[in-house]
Amino acid sequence: MTKLNIPISDEEIRKLKVGDEVSLSGTIVTARDEAHKLMIEEKPDFIREYLKESVIYHCGPVVKQDENGEWSFVSAGPTTSAREEPYQADVVCEYNVRGVIGKGGMGAKTAEGLKKCGAVYFHAVGGAGTLIANSVKKVREVFKLEEFGSPEAFWVIEVEDFPVVVTMDSHGNSIHKTVLERSKKIMEELL
Amino acid sequence: MDLKDSILELIRRAATDLSPDVVESLSKAHENEDEGTPARGVFRTILENINMAKDQSTPICQDTGSLLFYIDFPKGDIEKKYKEAIEWAAVEATKKQYLRPNAVDPVSSKNSGNNLGENAPYIHFHQWDKDEVRIRVMLKGGGSENVGTQYKLPYPPLKAGRDLAGVRKVIIDAVVNAQGLGCAPGTLGIGIGGDRVTSYALSKVQFFRKIGERNSDHEIAKLEEEILDSVNKLQIGPMGFGGKTTVLDVFISSQARHPATFFVAISYMCWAFRRKSMVMKNGEVNYD
Repeated sequence: MTKLNIPISDEEIRKLKVGDEVSLSGTIVTARDEAHKLMIEEKPDFIREYLKESVIYHCGPVVKQDENGEWSFVSAGPTTSAREEPYQADVVCEYNVRGVIGKGGMGAKTAEGLKKCGAVYFHAVGGAGTLIANSVKKVREVFKLEEFGSPEAFWVIEVEDFPVVVTMDSHGNSIHKTVLERSKKIMEELL
Repeated sequence: MDLKDSILELIRRAATDLSPDVVESLSKAHENEDEGTPARGVFRTILENINMAKDQSTPICQDTGSLLFYIDFPKGDIEKKYKEAIEWAAVEATKKQYLRPNAVDPVSSKNSGNNLGENAPYIHFHQWDKDEVRIRVMLKGGGSENVGTQYKLPYPPLKAGRDLAGVRKVIIDAVVNAQGLGCAPGTLGIGIGGDRVTSYALSKVQFFRKIGERNSDHEIAKLEEEILDSVNKLQIGPMGFGGKTTVLDVFISSQARHPATFFVAISYMCWAFRRKSMVMKNGEVNYD
């Protein structure tokens, strides 16, 4: 298990290879469909400082607000990343992002972006909502909560020992591609 | 406990406490993977998460799904009573963070914020001869629902004909297409026959079976076992990382088809296989 603290340098990210188990700590930002669309169409600056050398998390959390207005995460596993494929590479390069956490992997355009701008795709365990919420120590900020609703808002969170696996690295390798090709070949034998 | 509160408790259990048959199946899959592989790590995380969710009474997965209710009620009862109780319980469960607000109006794209909407929660009513009521709920996640699919046989790309061999081919194809996207290892619910709608309906209701429970029809039971064996050779594994368990179980059922049609509907349930049942009789409630 590799421990990585955010911000992450280009050099550190280039060392990671597919299959590496990583434990992430630091400030990351959740972003889903509405957020990605906004980052491409309007390139807002409010999120820039949080994304620099940090990590985007594809997640629509279950959240709680206490009497003092403080937010916390109750359940927060990853959502399917494929929906952000049209935007991801450009977002990574525009905002100097070092990693994307999600589930299901992403396509060729993202793989190219990861290589070009020095980033990786981290796979979290889909469905592990409570476990991941326990690694979210603090909600620092939330943007676009009213406009997008809680699952789609930008949540700026501090995580400690968030468990992920590198499934797409910055050298063009992808576990998803390998597993897909292998399973198709096995299927031919089975049919 | 009154009806409303007992339904709220049913939802809480469904969202936070995975049934023993599923946990057992996931534990076996964990032991089956080799030490040091990402697949083994995934199962370890899954099992830890299940325990934490149960202890903290928080959602196993943040996608608490669409709420699908199946009610069998005695003669003389009225449906409205159940509908109102379910709606109250859905709103309360959302306030208590057992559920994420998951009902979105497709026209305005607005999330209602409380899990209520047109046909949300969805309720299947069925009257039966018993003097007790059974309420079953399934929380069906969006990611796994997106990998569900329907084939019509014959299906030329796979040379799948209108027979059980053809059914087997399209099911394997569906699992390959799903890869890890439905949060593998999943469980498959399959409806053979019927029309476009009823084949899917039949596939969904299979999820109330227990892991390992075979169809009473010998030929279908054999097909279930054969397909389970085949799809677990695909090496897709948990989350699509590669591994020995891709699917936990395969539940197939069949119904009459029109002579001109042959549908195979495939519903995919994620590993967070959330469904619970309760029976209420003379004010006493039993959960399963």
